[in-house]
Amino acid sequence: MYGYILKRLLLVVPTLFGAALLVFTLLRLIPGDICELRMAGTGGYFDEDAIQTCREEMGTNQPMLGQFLSFIWGLMRFDFGISMWTGQPIVSEIALRFELSLQVAIMATIVAILVAVPLGTISAVKQNTWIDYVVRCISIAGIAMPSFWLGILIILGLLVTTQHLFGTPWMPPIAYKPIWEDPVHNLSMLIWPAVATGYRYSAVATRMTRSALLEVLREDYVRTARAKGLWENVIIWRHALKNAMLPVITVIGIEFAFLIGGLVVTEQVFNLNGLGKLFVESVVNNDYTMTQALVMLVVMVFILVNFLVDICYAWLDPRIRYS
Amino acid sequence: MPVLLQVENLRTQFYTSAGTVRAVDGISYTVNEGETVGIVGESGCGKSVGALSILRLIPDPPGKIASGSIRFQGRDILAMSDEELRNLRGAQISMVFQEPMTSLNPVLTIGLQLCETMELHLKLTPEQARSRATELLGMVGISEPERRLQQYPHHLSGGMRQRVMIALALSCNPKLIIADEPTTALDVTIQAQILELMKDLTKRLGVALIIITHNLGVVARYADRVYVMYAGKIIEGGSASDIYHRPLHPYTLGLLRSVPRMDRPRGNRLIPIDGQPPDLTREIEGCAYRPRCSFAVARCEHEVPPLDSVGGGHTSACFEKARLQGLLKEAS
Repeated sequence: MYGYILKRLLLVVPTLFGAALLVFTLLRLIPGDICELRMAGTGGYFDEDAIQTCREEMGTNQPMLGQFLSFIWGLMRFDFGISMWTGQPIVSEIALRFELSLQVAIMATIVAILVAVPLGTISAVKQNTWIDYVVRCISIAGIAMPSFWLGILIILGLLVTTQHLFGTPWMPPIAYKPIWEDPVHNLSMLIWPAVATGYRYSAVATRMTRSALLEVLREDYVRTARAKGLWENVIIWRHALKNAMLPVITVIGIEFAFLIGGLVVTEQVFNLNGLGKLFVESVVNNDYTMTQALVMLVVMVFILVNFLVDICYAWLDPRIRYS
Repeated sequence: MPVLLQVENLRTQFYTSAGTVRAVDGISYTVNEGETVGIVGESGCGKSVGALSILRLIPDPPGKIASGSIRFQGRDILAMSDEELRNLRGAQISMVFQEPMTSLNPVLTIGLQLCETMELHLKLTPEQARSRATELLGMVGISEPERRLQQYPHHLSGGMRQRVMIALALSCNPKLIIADEPTTALDVTIQAQILELMKDLTKRLGVALIIITHNLGVVARYADRVYVMYAGKIIEGGSASDIYHRPLHPYTLGLLRSVPRMDRPRGNRLIPIDGQPPDLTREIEGCAYRPRCSFAVARCEHEVPPLDSVGGGHTSACFEKARLQGLLKEAS
């Protein structure tokens, strides 16, 4: 097991290198230049010399290989430099938002699991009854509905209901405070985007739970459990669900990693200053250093999540042993 | 001996897109306390479905027990509530399945799978259940039982797993064990060991046993009484020696002639039964075996031969059993 973990850790290096090479090349294939963008942002005439100076400052006039090597060298020291657009250190720019994005992702995952596992289970157990049809409708709606739209509905719903109940409409707070500073404020702000994305996310996991469980319920060992006279609850929760969880965990892991940087529109709807927004801005601005750092962060999250999913596999299924 | 299980006119059907499959079509038999009963027949004759019906383990849908009664110690299993059924399964009647490789849960330890049943039915504490589980594993011939309790099914071979299944079946002191092709998936050498073990343990503990098999040799050696099934019906029943030495149904005779026997001179040709078993989705008119039968007479086409007694507990569902009896006398 330790050997396996070591091997996985060693594999991280070439994976990161490949990702770095890819994002570096792709970014430079996008037309546009940060210096021109910065100058043109003020409008009208701009000085050719100023652009040249700017490029020298940014290092974009250096040969590609030199730029790449300094990027890699920075990566190795966890030094991402400063943002080409804002001039602020990248690490602090990201740290500011990572906390929020991570919290929303974790909360959305909890929402998704709390919804998906019970609903998927009941849907499989009551296959082809009205309960199953209702659950399937709910999950199809979740897949079909964009989460930002659900977000808008949630905000509207909140406004309307609170207006109706208390006479004055209530809105979730707009300014972010860390959970350890003011948990009530923090949670009342972040629970809504977590529900909006968690619902969509749960839809996929619900369907996965349902189909995996349906397959397991046909297995011989479930029949053995029935022949032993066990309670139906014990059969489902102890004998069937543990076997059915493997594909569900895979889906949950991938979705989680996606949520870290992928909530662009939902963040806009809920006015959150998260990584998704930063991502889009930095790509639009041709902010090479920031985009590279963000991509590397998401890659790291994916690697970590995949690793955790594999560990979960071994924990759930004793037949899976890594060596 | 008092009657333990009485199956009467049991019909189990499957409703599929291809039509209704009459897998078990009106079978009746009894099992006495402590007795070993064999049910033989080829694949698809309904013997497994009949066995699963006793514990109402037929997946519904598509299956359904259409009619009949199954009385266990006088109580009708088919009329039981879920609660009563749960108290019956595993505790009074337990099962050993055909596939030892897939019948145990791969993600739970052997110990947990053994103990949970005993904690439920015998109301044992976890410690008591553990010590009894160790004892049971020793009894079915598993070495280092303590260590095995912590292991998972994939650590054990097929034969070992079937031993675990037997331990599981015996764990709550049942009155009856139903073994559905318990050795079909095992190596021949292991088969004999497992059967000896089952025979030995059931005799010692006074547990009745139903062995479902397609292997006539198994039946001859281990069963007190035998029922032969064909196309969802019992076509002959009697003591093992009746069935083996004085078969009174052409199908039983055909089965016996198609397997090699140690008690006959070598060099005899094996005679296979021609044709195919009937399609059970169709209504069968007359005797189901008629198209393959060399003794068939005109009335076999329209009348279903009833399962009549020929004396001494021997029954046969054939119009021509007198002719068969005569032939047997001649031969001997």
